[in-house]
Amino acid sequence: MATPIIETPRSGRVAPGYSRSSTSRGNFEMIAWLFMRLSGAILVVLIFVHLYVNLVAGDGISGIDFGFVAGKWADPVWQIWDLTLLWLSMLHGTNGIRVIINDYAEKNSTRMILKGVLYTATVVIVVLGTLVIFTFDPCPVIDGVAHVADYCPAP
Amino acid sequence: MSTETVQKEPASKIEISPDVAGGEIPTFDITLKVRRYNPEVSDEAHWDEWQLTMYGTDRVLDALHKVKWEHDGSVSFRRSCAHGVCGSDAMRINGRNRLACKTLLKDLDTSKPILVEPIKGLPVEKDLIVDMEPFFQSYREIMPFLVSKGHEPTKERLQSAEERDRYDDTTKCILCAACTSSCPVFWTDGQYFGPAAIVNAHRFIFDSRDDAGDMRLEILNDKEGVWRCRTTFNCSEACPRGIQVTKAISEVKQAILTRRV
Repeated sequence: MATPIIETPRSGRVAPGYSRSSTSRGNFEMIAWLFMRLSGAILVVLIFVHLYVNLVAGDGISGIDFGFVAGKWADPVWQIWDLTLLWLSMLHGTNGIRVIINDYAEKNSTRMILKGVLYTATVVIVVLGTLVIFTFDPCPVIDGVAHVADYCPAP
Repeated sequence: MSTETVQKEPASKIEISPDVAGGEIPTFDITLKVRRYNPEVSDEAHWDEWQLTMYGTDRVLDALHKVKWEHDGSVSFRRSCAHGVCGSDAMRINGRNRLACKTLLKDLDTSKPILVEPIKGLPVEKDLIVDMEPFFQSYREIMPFLVSKGHEPTKERLQSAEERDRYDDTTKCILCAACTSSCPVFWTDGQYFGPAAIVNAHRFIFDSRDDAGDMRLEILNDKEGVWRCRTTFNCSEACPRGIQVTKAISEVKQAILTRRV
Protein backbone atom coordinates (compact mmCIF):
# COMPACT_ATOMS: atom_id res chain seq x y z
CA MET A 1 0.00 0.00 0.00
CA ALA A 2 1.39 3.33 -1.03
CA THR A 3 1.91 5.66 1.87
CA PRO A 4 0.20 8.98 1.30
CA ILE A 5 2.71 11.77 1.19
CA ILE A 6 1.92 14.51 3.65
CA GLU A 7 3.58 17.78 2.92
CA THR A 8 5.61 19.41 5.66
CA PRO A 9 3.50 22.13 7.23
CA ARG A 10 4.38 25.59 5.93
CA SER A 11 7.21 24.38 3.75
CA GLY A 12 7.95 27.82 2.39
CA ARG A 13 4.48 28.11 0.90
CA VAL A 14 3.06 31.62 0.82
CA ALA A 15 -0.71 31.95 0.58
CA PRO A 16 -1.80 33.01 -2.92
CA GLY A 17 -2.41 36.72 -3.19
CA TYR A 18 0.33 37.57 -0.75
CA SER A 19 3.44 36.98 -2.84
CA ARG A 20 4.59 40.16 -4.50
CA SER A 21 4.14 39.47 -8.20
CA SER A 22 6.73 41.80 -9.60
CA THR A 23 9.42 43.69 -7.82
CA SER A 24 9.30 47.20 -9.20
CA ARG A 25 12.64 48.80 -8.67
CA GLY A 26 12.94 52.37 -9.86
CA ASN A 27 12.41 55.58 -8.02
CA PHE A 28 8.88 56.57 -9.03
CA GLU A 29 7.37 56.03 -5.58
CA MET A 30 10.25 57.86 -3.92
CA ILE A 31 9.92 60.83 -6.27
CA ALA A 32 6.15 60.87 -5.78
CA TRP A 33 6.64 60.88 -2.00
CA LEU A 34 9.18 63.70 -2.21
CA PHE A 35 6.96 65.65 -4.63
CA MET A 36 4.06 65.52 -2.18
CA ARG A 37 6.16 67.09 0.56
CA LEU A 38 7.79 69.79 -1.57
CA SER A 39 4.65 70.75 -3.52
CA GLY A 40 2.69 70.80 -0.26
CA ALA A 41 5.07 73.36 1.23
CA ILE A 42 5.00 75.53 -1.92
CA LEU A 43 1.21 75.26 -2.20
CA VAL A 44 0.70 76.69 1.27
CA VAL A 45 2.36 79.95 0.13
CA LEU A 46 0.71 79.98 -3.31
CA ILE A 47 -2.80 79.32 -1.98
CA PHE A 48 -2.77 81.79 0.89
CA VAL A 49 -1.37 84.66 -1.23
CA HIS A 50 -3.97 83.76 -3.88
CA LEU A 51 -6.77 83.87 -1.30
CA TYR A 52 -5.53 87.14 0.19
CA VAL A 53 -5.15 88.94 -3.14
CA ASN A 54 -8.52 87.77 -4.44
CA LEU A 55 -10.68 87.93 -1.35
CA VAL A 56 -9.18 90.43 1.09
CA ALA A 57 -6.99 93.02 -0.64
CA GLY A 58 -8.59 96.00 -2.40
CA ASP A 59 -12.37 95.71 -2.73
CA GLY A 60 -12.23 92.24 -1.27
CA ILE A 61 -14.71 89.65 -2.34
CA SER A 62 -17.06 92.19 -3.98
CA GLY A 63 -14.32 93.26 -6.39
CA ILE A 64 -14.21 89.92 -8.19
CA ASP A 65 -15.56 89.82 -11.73
CA PHE A 66 -14.29 88.90 -15.18
CA GLY A 67 -12.54 92.27 -15.32
CA PHE A 68 -10.65 91.60 -12.12
CA VAL A 69 -9.49 88.21 -13.40
CA ALA A 70 -8.55 89.65 -16.79
CA GLY A 71 -6.62 92.41 -15.06
CA LYS A 72 -4.67 89.92 -13.01
CA TRP A 73 -3.85 87.77 -16.01
CA ALA A 74 -2.60 90.77 -17.95
CA ASP A 75 0.36 90.63 -15.61
CA PRO A 76 2.81 87.79 -16.41
CA VAL A 77 3.62 87.42 -12.69
CA TRP A 78 0.03 86.38 -11.94
CA GLN A 79 -0.07 84.22 -15.06
CA ILE A 80 2.93 82.26 -13.84
CA TRP A 81 1.61 82.30 -10.25
CA ASP A 82 -1.75 80.83 -11.25
CA LEU A 83 -0.17 78.40 -13.70
CA THR A 84 2.11 77.05 -10.94
CA LEU A 85 -0.83 76.92 -8.57
CA LEU A 86 -2.92 75.00 -11.10
CA TRP A 87 -0.25 72.47 -12.00
CA LEU A 88 1.08 71.86 -8.49
CA SER A 89 -2.34 71.54 -6.90
CA MET A 90 -3.63 69.26 -9.66
CA LEU A 91 -0.58 66.98 -9.55
CA HIS A 92 -0.54 67.04 -5.73
CA GLY A 93 -4.24 66.17 -5.59
CA THR A 94 -4.00 63.54 -8.31
CA ASN A 95 -1.12 61.83 -6.59
CA GLY A 96 -3.02 61.90 -3.31
CA ILE A 97 -6.05 60.25 -4.90
CA ARG A 98 -3.79 57.76 -6.71
CA VAL A 99 -2.34 56.74 -3.35
CA ILE A 100 -5.81 56.43 -1.81
CA ILE A 101 -6.92 54.24 -4.74
CA ASN A 102 -3.84 52.05 -4.24
CA ASP A 103 -4.62 51.74 -0.54
CA TYR A 104 -8.33 51.04 -0.73
CA ALA A 105 -8.95 49.23 -4.02
CA GLU A 106 -8.40 45.53 -3.45
CA LYS A 107 -8.31 44.31 -7.02
CA ASN A 108 -5.89 45.42 -9.70
CA SER A 109 -8.74 45.78 -12.23
CA THR A 110 -10.59 48.20 -9.89
CA ARG A 111 -7.39 50.15 -9.48
CA MET A 112 -6.91 50.40 -13.23
CA ILE A 113 -10.43 51.70 -13.85
CA LEU A 114 -10.38 54.25 -11.03
CA LYS A 115 -6.93 55.51 -11.98
CA GLY A 116 -8.00 55.75 -15.63
CA VAL A 117 -10.88 58.04 -14.65
CA LEU A 118 -8.57 60.02 -12.36
CA TYR A 119 -5.84 60.60 -14.95
CA THR A 120 -8.36 61.55 -17.65
CA ALA A 121 -9.96 64.12 -15.35
CA THR A 122 -6.53 65.49 -14.41
CA VAL A 123 -5.41 65.89 -18.01
CA VAL A 124 -8.66 67.60 -19.02
CA ILE A 125 -8.56 70.04 -16.10
CA VAL A 126 -4.87 70.87 -16.45
CA VAL A 127 -5.08 71.44 -20.22
CA LEU A 128 -8.29 73.46 -19.97
CA GLY A 129 -6.95 75.53 -17.07
CA THR A 130 -3.67 76.27 -18.82
CA LEU A 131 -5.55 77.31 -21.95
CA VAL A 132 -7.82 79.66 -19.99
CA ILE A 133 -4.94 81.35 -18.18
CA PHE A 134 -3.31 82.34 -21.48
CA THR A 135 -6.36 83.01 -23.66
CA PHE A 136 -8.83 84.53 -21.23
CA ASP A 137 -11.03 87.17 -22.85
CA PRO A 138 -13.39 89.03 -20.52
CA CYS A 139 -15.40 90.58 -23.35
CA PRO A 140 -16.13 87.74 -25.74
CA VAL A 141 -17.97 88.25 -29.01
CA ILE A 142 -20.21 85.25 -29.62
CA ASP A 143 -22.09 84.96 -32.95
CA GLY A 144 -21.46 88.60 -33.70
CA VAL A 145 -23.03 89.67 -30.39
CA ALA A 146 -20.71 91.37 -27.95
CA HIS A 147 -21.36 90.29 -24.39
CA VAL A 148 -20.53 93.64 -22.99
CA ALA A 149 -20.08 94.37 -19.37
CA ASP A 150 -19.54 97.89 -18.05
CA TYR A 151 -15.76 97.35 -17.85
CA CYS A 152 -15.51 96.35 -21.52
CA PRO A 153 -14.49 98.96 -24.08
CA ALA A 154 -17.33 100.10 -26.34
CA PRO A 155 -17.42 98.02 -29.52
CA MET B 1 19.58 6.56 49.50
CA SER B 2 20.11 9.81 51.21
CA THR B 3 16.54 10.69 52.01
CA GLU B 4 17.26 10.88 55.70
CA THR B 5 19.54 13.85 55.16
CA VAL B 6 16.71 15.88 53.69
CA GLN B 7 15.47 18.14 56.41
CA LYS B 8 11.97 19.39 56.61
CA GLU B 9 11.68 23.12 56.34
CA PRO B 10 10.72 24.58 59.70
CA ALA B 11 7.20 25.90 59.94
CA SER B 12 6.75 29.62 59.48
CA LYS B 13 7.02 31.65 62.66
CA ILE B 14 5.00 34.55 61.38
CA GLU B 15 1.67 34.80 63.10
CA ILE B 16 -1.17 35.94 60.88
CA SER B 17 -4.30 36.93 62.70
CA PRO B 18 -7.36 35.17 61.31
CA ASP B 19 -9.05 38.43 60.29
CA VAL B 20 -6.27 39.34 57.87
CA ALA B 21 -6.88 37.66 54.54
CA GLY B 22 -3.28 37.15 53.52
CA GLY B 23 -2.50 37.06 49.82
CA GLU B 24 -6.11 37.19 48.79
CA ILE B 25 -6.52 38.30 45.22
CA PRO B 26 -9.73 40.03 44.19
CA THR B 27 -11.87 38.09 41.76
CA PHE B 28 -14.30 39.37 39.18
CA ASP B 29 -16.56 37.96 36.51
CA ILE B 30 -15.86 38.54 32.86
CA THR B 31 -17.49 37.66 29.57
CA LEU B 32 -14.99 36.42 27.03
CA LYS B 33 -16.03 36.47 23.39
CA VAL B 34 -13.74 34.64 20.99
CA ARG B 35 -13.95 34.74 17.21
CA ARG B 36 -14.17 31.08 16.17
CA TYR B 37 -13.36 29.72 12.74
CA ASN B 38 -13.00 26.11 11.71
CA PRO B 39 -12.79 25.52 7.95
CA GLU B 40 -13.59 21.82 8.46
CA VAL B 41 -17.00 22.70 9.88
CA SER B 42 -18.03 25.98 8.30
CA ASP B 43 -16.63 28.67 6.04
CA GLU B 44 -18.22 31.28 8.27
CA ALA B 45 -16.61 32.56 11.43
CA HIS B 46 -18.75 33.06 14.51
CA TRP B 47 -18.44 34.33 18.08
CA ASP B 48 -18.42 32.05 21.11
CA GLU B 49 -19.00 33.44 24.56
CA TRP B 50 -18.03 32.27 28.05
CA GLN B 51 -18.68 33.63 31.53
CA LEU B 52 -15.56 33.25 33.66
CA THR B 53 -14.52 34.14 37.18
CA MET B 54 -10.99 35.43 37.00
CA TYR B 55 -8.43 36.85 39.42
CA GLY B 56 -6.98 40.35 39.45
CA THR B 57 -3.59 38.98 38.45
CA ASP B 58 -4.91 37.12 35.41
CA ARG B 59 -4.17 38.02 31.83
CA VAL B 60 -6.24 37.43 28.70
CA LEU B 61 -4.07 34.37 28.07
CA ASP B 62 -5.15 32.94 31.44
CA ALA B 63 -8.77 33.42 30.45
CA LEU B 64 -8.13 31.62 27.16
CA HIS B 65 -6.39 28.81 29.06
CA LYS B 66 -9.33 28.53 31.42
CA VAL B 67 -11.68 28.21 28.46
CA LYS B 68 -9.49 25.67 26.70
CA TRP B 69 -8.77 23.59 29.78
CA GLU B 70 -12.16 23.72 31.51
CA HIS B 71 -14.84 24.62 28.98
CA ASP B 72 -14.03 23.94 25.33
CA GLY B 73 -10.85 22.11 24.39
CA SER B 74 -11.29 22.92 20.71
CA VAL B 75 -10.42 26.61 21.14
CA SER B 76 -7.16 27.07 19.25
CA PHE B 77 -4.52 29.72 19.75
CA ARG B 78 -0.74 29.98 19.72
CA ARG B 79 1.34 30.62 22.77
CA SER B 80 4.76 29.50 23.83
CA CYS B 81 6.60 31.35 26.56
CA ALA B 82 3.53 33.18 27.91
CA HIS B 83 5.75 35.99 29.16
CA GLY B 84 5.90 38.46 26.30
CA VAL B 85 9.14 37.28 24.75
CA CYS B 86 8.33 34.67 22.09
CA GLY B 87 5.72 36.71 20.24
CA SER B 88 3.36 33.81 19.58
CA ASP B 89 0.12 35.11 21.04
CA ALA B 90 -0.45 38.42 19.28
CA MET B 91 -4.18 38.83 18.87
CA ARG B 92 -6.80 41.51 18.45
CA ILE B 93 -8.19 42.18 21.91
CA ASN B 94 -11.05 44.69 22.09
CA GLY B 95 -10.07 45.90 18.62
CA ARG B 96 -6.40 46.49 19.42
CA ASN B 97 -3.46 44.27 18.61
CA ARG B 98 -1.78 43.08 21.78
CA LEU B 99 -0.06 40.08 23.28
CA ALA B 100 -2.59 38.01 25.25
CA CYS B 101 0.16 37.23 27.77
CA LYS B 102 0.87 40.89 28.49
CA THR B 103 -2.68 42.18 28.72
CA LEU B 104 -4.09 42.08 32.25
CA LEU B 105 -7.84 41.53 32.43
CA LYS B 106 -8.17 44.20 35.12
CA ASP B 107 -6.83 46.80 32.67
CA LEU B 108 -9.67 46.08 30.26
CA ASP B 109 -13.28 47.15 30.66
CA THR B 110 -14.65 44.06 32.44
CA SER B 111 -18.21 45.42 32.47
CA LYS B 112 -18.43 44.65 28.76
CA PRO B 113 -17.54 41.42 26.95
CA ILE B 114 -13.85 41.13 26.11
CA LEU B 115 -13.52 40.52 22.37
CA VAL B 116 -10.68 38.34 21.16
CA GLU B 117 -10.07 37.98 17.41
CA PRO B 118 -7.20 36.74 15.28
CA ILE B 119 -4.87 39.47 13.99
CA LYS B 120 -6.15 41.05 10.79
CA GLY B 121 -4.74 40.90 7.29
CA LEU B 122 -3.32 37.38 7.40
CA PRO B 123 -5.26 34.25 6.36
CA VAL B 124 -6.96 32.63 9.37
CA GLU B 125 -6.25 28.91 9.72
CA LYS B 126 -8.31 28.12 12.79
CA ASP B 127 -9.81 30.29 15.54
CA LEU B 128 -7.00 32.63 16.62
CA ILE B 129 -4.29 30.97 14.53
CA VAL B 130 -3.27 32.78 11.35
CA ASP B 131 -0.90 31.81 8.56
CA MET B 132 2.24 33.80 9.37
CA GLU B 133 4.08 32.72 6.21
CA PRO B 134 3.41 35.95 4.19
CA PHE B 135 4.70 37.91 7.19
CA PHE B 136 7.89 35.86 7.45
CA GLN B 137 8.35 35.95 3.68
CA SER B 138 8.65 39.76 3.84
CA TYR B 139 10.99 39.39 6.80
CA ARG B 140 13.24 37.01 4.86
CA GLU B 141 13.30 39.32 1.85
CA ILE B 142 15.04 42.13 3.73
CA MET B 143 17.95 39.78 4.63
CA PRO B 144 17.75 39.81 8.43
CA PHE B 145 21.33 38.68 9.00
CA LEU B 146 24.77 40.24 9.16
CA VAL B 147 26.38 40.70 5.75
CA SER B 148 30.00 41.82 5.79
CA LYS B 149 32.53 42.44 3.08
CA GLY B 150 36.17 41.45 3.12
CA HIS B 151 37.94 38.96 5.32
CA GLU B 152 36.50 37.66 8.51
CA PRO B 153 38.23 39.44 11.39
CA THR B 154 40.32 37.36 13.76
CA LYS B 155 38.76 39.08 16.75
CA GLU B 156 35.30 40.41 17.53
CA ARG B 157 33.80 43.16 15.37
CA LEU B 158 34.17 46.27 17.48
CA GLN B 159 31.40 48.81 17.83
CA SER B 160 31.17 51.92 19.97
CA ALA B 161 28.33 52.45 22.42
CA GLU B 162 27.02 55.30 20.20
CA GLU B 163 27.03 53.08 17.13
CA ARG B 164 25.14 50.41 19.06
CA ASP B 165 22.64 53.00 20.27
CA ARG B 166 21.80 53.99 16.71
CA TYR B 167 19.67 50.88 16.13
CA ASP B 168 19.03 49.81 19.72
CA ASP B 169 15.26 50.39 19.52
CA THR B 170 14.75 48.07 16.55
CA THR B 171 16.66 45.17 18.13
CA LYS B 172 13.72 44.66 20.48
CA CYS B 173 11.43 43.14 17.82
CA ILE B 174 10.01 39.70 18.67
CA LEU B 175 8.26 39.17 15.30
CA CYS B 176 4.79 38.85 16.80
CA ALA B 177 3.21 40.58 13.75
CA ALA B 178 1.13 42.92 15.94
CA CYS B 179 2.44 45.92 13.97
CA THR B 180 2.10 44.54 10.44
CA SER B 181 -1.41 43.22 11.11
CA SER B 182 -2.47 46.59 12.58
CA CYS B 183 -1.46 48.46 9.42
CA PRO B 184 -4.43 49.50 7.23
CA VAL B 185 -2.20 49.48 4.16
CA PHE B 186 -1.33 45.83 4.82
CA TRP B 187 -5.01 44.94 5.32
CA THR B 188 -5.90 45.94 1.75
CA ASP B 189 -3.99 43.33 -0.21
CA GLY B 190 -1.10 42.10 1.92
CA GLN B 191 1.45 43.26 -0.64
CA TYR B 192 3.11 45.89 1.56
CA PHE B 193 6.35 44.74 3.20
CA GLY B 194 4.90 45.83 6.52
CA PRO B 195 6.34 47.58 9.56
CA ALA B 196 8.00 44.48 11.04
CA ALA B 197 10.12 43.81 7.94
CA ILE B 198 11.17 47.48 7.79
CA VAL B 199 12.00 47.53 11.52
CA ASN B 200 14.24 44.49 11.08
CA ALA B 201 15.85 46.01 7.99
CA HIS B 202 16.47 49.17 10.05
CA ARG B 203 18.24 47.04 12.67
CA PHE B 204 20.86 46.03 10.07
CA ILE B 205 20.90 49.15 7.85
CA PHE B 206 22.07 51.27 10.79
CA ASP B 207 24.44 48.64 12.19
CA SER B 208 27.99 49.90 11.69
CA ARG B 209 29.28 46.31 11.28
CA ASP B 210 26.93 45.51 8.40
CA ASP B 211 27.86 46.19 4.77
CA ALA B 212 24.60 45.39 2.96
CA GLY B 213 22.68 48.51 3.96
CA ASP B 214 22.50 49.69 0.34
CA MET B 215 21.01 46.39 -0.77
CA ARG B 216 18.34 46.55 1.91
CA LEU B 217 17.52 50.16 1.05
CA GLU B 218 17.17 49.10 -2.58
CA ILE B 219 14.78 46.30 -1.58
CA LEU B 220 12.66 48.69 0.48
CA ASN B 221 12.64 51.34 -2.28
CA ASP B 222 10.01 49.12 -3.88
CA LYS B 223 6.46 50.04 -4.88
CA GLU B 224 5.38 47.98 -1.86
CA GLY B 225 8.23 49.22 0.34
CA VAL B 226 8.60 52.14 2.73
CA TRP B 227 6.76 54.59 0.46
CA ARG B 228 3.46 52.85 1.18
CA CYS B 229 3.74 53.92 4.81
CA ARG B 230 1.10 56.58 5.54
CA THR B 231 2.41 57.33 9.05
CA THR B 232 -0.86 56.38 10.75
CA PHE B 233 1.12 55.23 13.82
CA ASN B 234 -1.04 52.10 14.23
CA CYS B 235 2.17 50.04 14.33
CA SER B 236 3.82 52.16 17.03
CA GLU B 237 0.69 51.85 19.16
CA ALA B 238 0.41 48.11 18.60
CA CYS B 239 4.02 47.17 19.34
CA PRO B 240 4.12 45.23 22.63
CA ARG B 241 7.83 46.04 22.93
CA GLY B 242 7.31 49.78 22.63
CA ILE B 243 9.42 50.11 19.50
CA GLN B 244 8.99 53.48 17.78
CA VAL B 245 8.06 51.71 14.55
CA THR B 246 6.88 54.73 12.57
CA LYS B 247 10.06 56.59 13.51
CA ALA B 248 12.16 53.68 12.29
CA ILE B 249 10.29 53.62 8.98
CA SER B 250 10.85 57.38 8.59
CA GLU B 251 14.56 56.90 9.22
CA VAL B 252 14.70 54.28 6.48
CA LYS B 253 12.87 56.70 4.14
CA GLN B 254 15.42 59.39 4.98
CA ALA B 255 18.26 56.95 4.35
CA ILE B 256 16.90 56.06 0.91
CA LEU B 257 16.50 59.76 0.07
CA THR B 258 19.92 60.90 1.24
CA ARG B 259 21.52 58.04 -0.63
CA ARG B 260 19.81 59.00 -3.87
CA VAL B 261 19.06 62.71 -3.90
